[in-house]
Parts: sequence; C-alpha cells; structure tokens
Amino acid sequence: MSQASTAGAVILARIREALRVPAPPPQMRSHATEQAAAAGPGGLTILPADVARPWLPDGGDTPEERVAILTENLRRLKAEVHRAADLAAAADLVATFAADRGWRRVAWHGHETVEPLAIRLGCDTYRVDDRQFDKDALEACDAGITACEAAVAQTGSILVSSGSCGGRALSILPHVHVVILPAVAVAGTLADALDLVRARHASRLPSMLSFITGPSRTGDIERILVLGAHGPRELIVVLVG
Amino acid sequence: MTRAAADTDPKTVFEAEEPHLAKRKFLHDAAEHVRDTAHRAFVRKALGGYYTSRDTQQARYRDWEQARDAASLAKWSAVNRLDELLPRFVGNFEANGGRVHWARNADEARTIILGLLRQARARAVIKSKCMTSEEIHLNAAMERDGYGVVESDLGEFIQQLRGEPPYHFVFPCMHVRRDEISDLFGRHLGTPPTDSPEELTMIARRHMRRLYVDADVGITGANFLVAETGQISITENEGNARLTAALPRVHIALAGIEKVVANLDDLAVLLPMLATAGAGQPLTCYNTLYAGPRQAGECDGPEEMHLVLLDNRRTEILADPEQRDSLHCIRCGACLNVCPIFKNVGGFTYGTTYQGPIGSVITPHLRGLADWNHLSGASSLCGACTDACPVRIDIHHHLLHNRRNAARSSPSRLERLGHRLFALVASRPWLFAAGGMVVRRTLWLAKKLPPPLLRAWLATRDLPRPPARSFRSQWRSRP
Amino acid sequence: MRVSLFIPCFVDQMFPQVGFAVARVLERLGHACEFRAAQTCCGQPSFNAGYWDEAREVAARALGVFAGSEAVVGPSGSCVAMMRVFYPQLLAGTPHETAALDLASRTFEFGEFLVERLGVTDVGARFPHRVSYHDGCHGLRELRIREAPRKLLQAVRDLDLVECDEPESCCGFGGLFSVKYPMISTAMAEVKGGSLARTGCDYVVSSDPSCQLQLDGWLSRTGQRPRTIHLAEVLAGVEA
Ligand code: SF4
Repeated sequence: MSQASTAGAVILARIREALRVPAPPPQMRSHATEQAAAAGPGGLTILPADVARPWLPDGGDTPEERVAILTENLRRLKAEVHRAADLAAAADLVATFAADRGWRRVAWHGHETVEPLAIRLGCDTYRVDDRQFDKDALEACDAGITACEAAVAQTGSILVSSGSCGGRALSILPHVHVVILPAVAVAGTLADALDLVRARHASRLPSMLSFITGPSRTGDIERILVLGAHGPRELIVVLVG
Repeated sequence: MTRAAADTDPKTVFEAEEPHLAKRKFLHDAAEHVRDTAHRAFVRKALGGYYTSRDTQQARYRDWEQARDAASLAKWSAVNRLDELLPRFVGNFEANGGRVHWARNADEARTIILGLLRQARARAVIKSKCMTSEEIHLNAAMERDGYGVVESDLGEFIQQLRGEPPYHFVFPCMHVRRDEISDLFGRHLGTPPTDSPEELTMIARRHMRRLYVDADVGITGANFLVAETGQISITENEGNARLTAALPRVHIALAGIEKVVANLDDLAVLLPMLATAGAGQPLTCYNTLYAGPRQAGECDGPEEMHLVLLDNRRTEILADPEQRDSLHCIRCGACLNVCPIFKNVGGFTYGTTYQGPIGSVITPHLRGLADWNHLSGASSLCGACTDACPVRIDIHHHLLHNRRNAARSSPSRLERLGHRLFALVASRPWLFAAGGMVVRRTLWLAKKLPPPLLRAWLATRDLPRPPARSFRSQWRSRP
Repeated sequence: MRVSLFIPCFVDQMFPQVGFAVARVLERLGHACEFRAAQTCCGQPSFNAGYWDEAREVAARALGVFAGSEAVVGPSGSCVAMMRVFYPQLLAGTPHETAALDLASRTFEFGEFLVERLGVTDVGARFPHRVSYHDGCHGLRELRIREAPRKLLQAVRDLDLVECDEPESCCGFGGLFSVKYPMISTAMAEVKGGSLARTGCDYVVSSDPSCQLQLDGWLSRTGQRPRTIHLAEVLAGVEA
C-alpha cells in the first residue's frame, strides 16, 4: 500500500475509534436549537436553507427590501453602487467612469450583460475568455468588468464564479472591479444565493465560487482599515433594472 | 525576490528545543512583556476598535445568541460525524478533479508538500495565510530545500521579513508599529519612509503583484471543507488567497481534518459568524469555494489542485469527549481579542502556534500536557473567551479540565500535599477556625518575613488589616 | 423566609463585616438568618488548581452542612458559582449528584437573591457617594448576573453610579493565579483598577470580596482614591 492510502486508512481508523464515545451536544441558549440538538448529530433540522433563519442579519422579504438592504450594506462596505434602467444606460454609465477616471485598458469577458458595455467603452479593451489570456496583460489593466451569479442583501456580497464571470483572475487582479448586477439576481441570504447557484449548475459546480464583500481591504497595520490590499481598490456595482 | 531574507534568525520560540523549559520561558517572557507598558497600551489600543465594530455588527443579527447556537450545532454535528463526513468530502473533492493526500503528522505533511513542489518543478512559490502551515513549520522546510516562498498576506509578509512567527493567529503583525514597518520595507524593498498605513499597504501591493504572476505554485489553507460538494472554503480580506489560487499552475491547500462541515447550508451560517466574531464584519471580504482545478470551458485557474489533510494529534482531541468541542474552533480569533491574558502578555509569550485561550486549551493535547499545562494555569478563568466564541466552545472550563488532568497524570507532590492538608482542615470546623485565627494573628509577621506566595502578592499589592475576630466567632456572641 | 448564610472562608476570616451586612439587609426585609457553624470553605481553591479529589471531599461535606435549608445566600459570586455551577459537575456520577443539584437550585448570590428571588430593588439604603460597580467574572459569566446589583444601587438614595470603560474586564485575582502568575495578575489589576479609578468614584462596589482583595490591594498600593466596598455594606447603609 502506498504511504497515502496507509496514512488515510490510519487516520480514518483513529477517527472511528475516537468517536466511539459520544460527546454531548453543546449547551444551548435557545429552545429551538435545543430541540434540533436532541435529534442527534445526524438529524440536524435547524439549518436547512428553506427554513427561515430569523436570527441571522435580515436579508429582506420583498425584492425592494432586498435591494434596499443590499445597497445600504454595500455603501457601508465602501463599495460604489449605481443604478441603471437597462444595459444601455449601464453602458453609458461605465463609459463615463472610464473617461472620468482615465482608464486606459479595461478587461472583460463574453457575457450577455458585459459585452454591450465593453463594446461601448471609449478605451482599449482586453477580453479574457476567447483565448488563453496573458497574465501580465491582465495585470496591467485598470479595471475589469464581470457579470455575477447573484448578490446577497444580508451581507452586502456579490457572488461570482469561475464559470460565468470570466474565470478566477478577472474579478480580483485589476485595480477596479466593475460588476453588472441585474436587480432580479439580488438574493436575500447567503443560503438563498448558494441554493440558486446549486440549481443553476446542478450538473457540476464551477471550480470557483466567491462571495465578494466590498473592495479588498486589510487592517494589518495597527488595525487601521486600508482599502485595496491585493485585490481591487474599488468595487463598483451597477445595479441594472 | 526569491527568498525573503529575515532580519534575524527565524525565532525558534515555538519549537522550544527543550520542551520542559516551556514553562520557565513563559514566566520569563510574561514578566518581561508586562513591564513594557507602552507596548501593552499599543496592543490594547489596536484591539479597541474591535469591540465597537463587533458590537455594531452583532446588533444587526436578529438573534446573536441563537445564531451562536446554530453555529455550534453545525460544528458539533460535523465533528461528531467526522467518520462519515470526511470520506464523503474526500470522495467529492476527488470527483471534482482534486487530489487528496493524508498526513498523520507534521513530518508527513512537509514531505508530501515538498514532493509536490518537486513534481511541479516549482521555482517560485506564493503562499497565502495558513496557520496549519505554521503548525508544521512549512516555510522553514521549503527554504531548506531551496524553494523561495513568499507570504502574500500583508501581516504574514511583514512577519516573514521580520523573521517572526505570527503574533496573533488572525492579526499576525498587530504588535508592530507603522514606523517599524516603514523601516522594514525600506531595508528589504528599498522604499522611502512613510508613516501612512495606506502607503505601506500600497508598497506591499505593488511588490506582490509580480510575484503572483510569476509563481508556479500557490499554497493556501482552508477554513472549511464542505462534505456535500467537495469544495474547500477560504476566508480572507485582502484578495491574496484569491490571487494565489488563480494564477499559479498548481494549487496546494493544507487543512486539518476537523475543518469539515456537512453542507453549504451550514457554511452559510458559519461564514458570517466567523467574520462577525473575529473582526466585526458582516462577511469577510472574500469567501471563496474551490471545487478542484480549472475545468473545461473556464478561462483560467490551476491545472492541478492538491489538498493535504493533516491529523497531527487532532484525533487525540477527538478521542476526548469532554474537550472534543475544541475541534469546533473556526479560528476566528475572538477569544484572543477579548482575553486579558493575551492582551497583557502578548502573542509570543505563549510559545505556541495558536495563541490565546484556544491555544492554551489545545496545545497541551498537541504537544504534551506535562510541558504545556502552565498555559492552563495562566488564567484567572474569567470566561471572556467562552462568551466571545461564536461556536460556543467551553474554552475556560477546558482550562480547568486540563488542570485536573495534569494534577492526575503528573501531580506536584508539594501541591498535592497542600491540597490534602487544606481538605483536612476544611473538613474540621474547629481546626479551620483555629487555623484562621493563627493566620490572622501572624499576618503582620508574615508581611515582614513573607513566604514565597505571599511575597508574590505583596510585591505589587497591599493586604487589608485582618479583623480581630472572625465572622463565626462574632456571630456566636451576637445578641 | 429562613435564609442560611453562606459565608465563604475568607469572608469569615478577613471580611466579617460583609457577612453582617448581608444579615442586616435580609433581616431588615423581614427574613430570618441562620449561620450554620459547621461550614468552612467551598473547595474552590483545590477545584481550580485541578485537585478535584480533594475538592470533592470538601464539596460533599458542604452538601451536608446546608442540607434542608430553604435558601442559601452568599456574598460572593465566585463561591456561589462554585456551589451552583461546579458542584453538580464535580459530583456528577457520585452518590452526591442529586444532593448537589438540589443545593444548586437553592443557592443564590446576595444581590441576585434580593432582585430575582425576593423581587426587591429598594432596600431603603442611603449612600451619598459616587460609586462604580465592578462585575466579578464568576457572577457575570457563570451566574449571568449583570442587572441585579445595578438595579439595587440605582435605588440607593444619594448614590451616583458611574460605569467604567472596562466594565467586563477581569480584575486579575483568580485565586492561586494571583500568586502563581503575579505579574500577569497585577497587569490585569492595572487595567481594571485604572479604569475604575478614572471614573473619579469614591468607592468601587463589588459582589465579590476576592475581587475586592485584589482591587483594593492594588489601589491602596498605588495610592489611588477609590476604596472598595461590598454591595451588602452599601445596602446596609454602612460606610467603610
Ligand atoms: S475558540 Fe472560539 S473564539 Fe477562539 S478562535 Fe476558536 S472559534 Fe474563535
């Protein structure tokens, strides 16, 4: 037997041996969760996503509420939020950003919500998904525009994937990340957003799913907040519709 | 840059060559650190903002206590089903195209990773923050084998340049002042001095970008392993882990076996709890789930993804049902942030990979109770840690359990005698009363010629003047 | 109600006035107090040091001492926590388990007893001073007592209650911890004592004489203004 399979077998045997004595469920403070604990580790019923989780931060009950909560959370996280009636308006908006902020080259990927914007940008563009892109070239771009899978009102997050949002690097390497978010894609909670993705990619999950919650940040120096640690310094969300 | 040259020799505080000296070293370092009042104030101030942002964010939970219940249940149910969930995770992870490697101990983990680097003909390695790699001293092993490795997390990068381990397992360089960082960058990167945290961050940002592009291998940790989907979940703020897992050809992740959770629904509770408890954020800036290497139709990502699953005595904690919940830890760091011991003795004094209350609980299991029980003793048992823990680990009571286990397995004769004597006296009220009187009457003398324990007290604190008569004696003569 | 006083060993020996203050307040409210002289110590020092066999011996004895009492009330959150929270754990699986749970259900910390059990907040006391309240960790986190002492203090005439900026910080006593790790213990006293002193209060009120020992010891040594006083003494209308 190879080292790998031996070590794995040994560890799993140790685990089985260790678990022969059960551990009591954690001390609960609330009644609802106590009942769930009583069902034993396999019979956990408190957590399914279709059960409302009325203890986590609110994600809103109606589409309007969700958009309002999302917007407030994004602003608090120091992301920019802009609204556009449709993709054409979004394209105008993003073209103005490019001009005002002096973007020379903007990266993008082929997607129905991104392409109409990319072709109307007044600057040089770089598409990442029609051939093997060059990492250096992408690194040199001022901004990247991507689609998204969903947004999460509860936490102010944007969910992107490697499958339909231009791969792994486009949403993290350029200095500015512009994300096109159709208003219908705003989910209430993290669990809702994950459910959506699971349904959409039932056959196979994309190799990367990432919840982006504001522009890149660090507090490593004296715990003082600085934006733009390694990822985008600016996160611009264009809410369409 | 191939190798980050350290200013000093990498501090060997962790691998105390002689573990039996760990306690002496702890006492020495604690005394030293406590005297540095400016530093203590600096650390307190740095953590001051934590309370405000945590409280603000917690207030947005509709019921924080119930959310803690749910989070602790999620981990309890996963850890107690590890025999079922871990194989399920591994099966799904491999079905996603990743490869799993098992390591019983640190040595095996290092050997596996070095083997993978050789296989990948790695020239440059970029790494994102991973405490498990600190636990197995991975960087030193890689450097010994000639691999340049750069820590990409800002705090870890600073610590790497300083030649120090992390001071706090979530905030690695929280003890370093900005002027020290400016000097450090000046020396290593040739940048001009600045006192702006923003400028300093940008220096690291500019320095690092090239390195992501050039690295052949990226090494990350993993915060959660999702059994249902075979994904690994990585939590970070800076984006360095995202870049580390996006650009290099090979992605290697390293994780303890206890990181498994059952499904994405549980994850959707644990992620916000981790961020709120640890740093007062609604969610950490990037929470990323990886399911294997680049897939057909995806435009980038690594060609290979490996995951090293580490035991390293975690199964021993698992075998102790009383302290099994310490494996629920999601390494949020909240218990350190609120710990008065941590704030007063600093992260290095512990001499452990995992500092603070949770470190004091698990280190005796990971490295031997006889040598590390002093960490359990160095606590007033105030319980601030347990209150802060998002997954309700019974942290401070486990310190008591460690003390009990140590008294059982390696009792100090003198202490045992003392406690036997005390039990004897406490079981005889007349003896207790008489003993009390003797102590009260001779306290003035003892203050002049204090025995060691009293001397330790009197060095910094006064004692009240004892009353002439005890309560019991006065009560008897009460009208 | 007939209240059985639980006077922890060092209150007995070092702070007898606290025991009397407890009795005075309870008697003023019309309750009878008894002191069972067979009581000594709750066994916490050995328990905290890990010597559970010795602690068990002392604990089992205490069960007998307080057997049959209607309510056991003690002026120390720490010692009450020992009886209420830790006895059942310590004696679990022994023949004393049931008795331990029974005692736990009858044992109260002084301030908690007044507010939660007797439903009293105003005991008719007057204390014309500025005070700050120090939460002992065992009372706060093992017994979950936070509001009771504050409610009682707010009802005291002419008393000015101010909160410090480290309300939940430990004073650093921790029993044997304070002498085994004196430097850390003192550093903690500096943080908590400093915070309390900064409020400009005349008195630091506490429900735990062990915290008082630590805080008073440090405040006195560093020559700071506030003295410590037990909640029962304030409510008894006694000035130290
Ligand atoms: S023990 Fe609890 S509070 Fe401490 S790091 Fe782990 S999860 Fe966080």
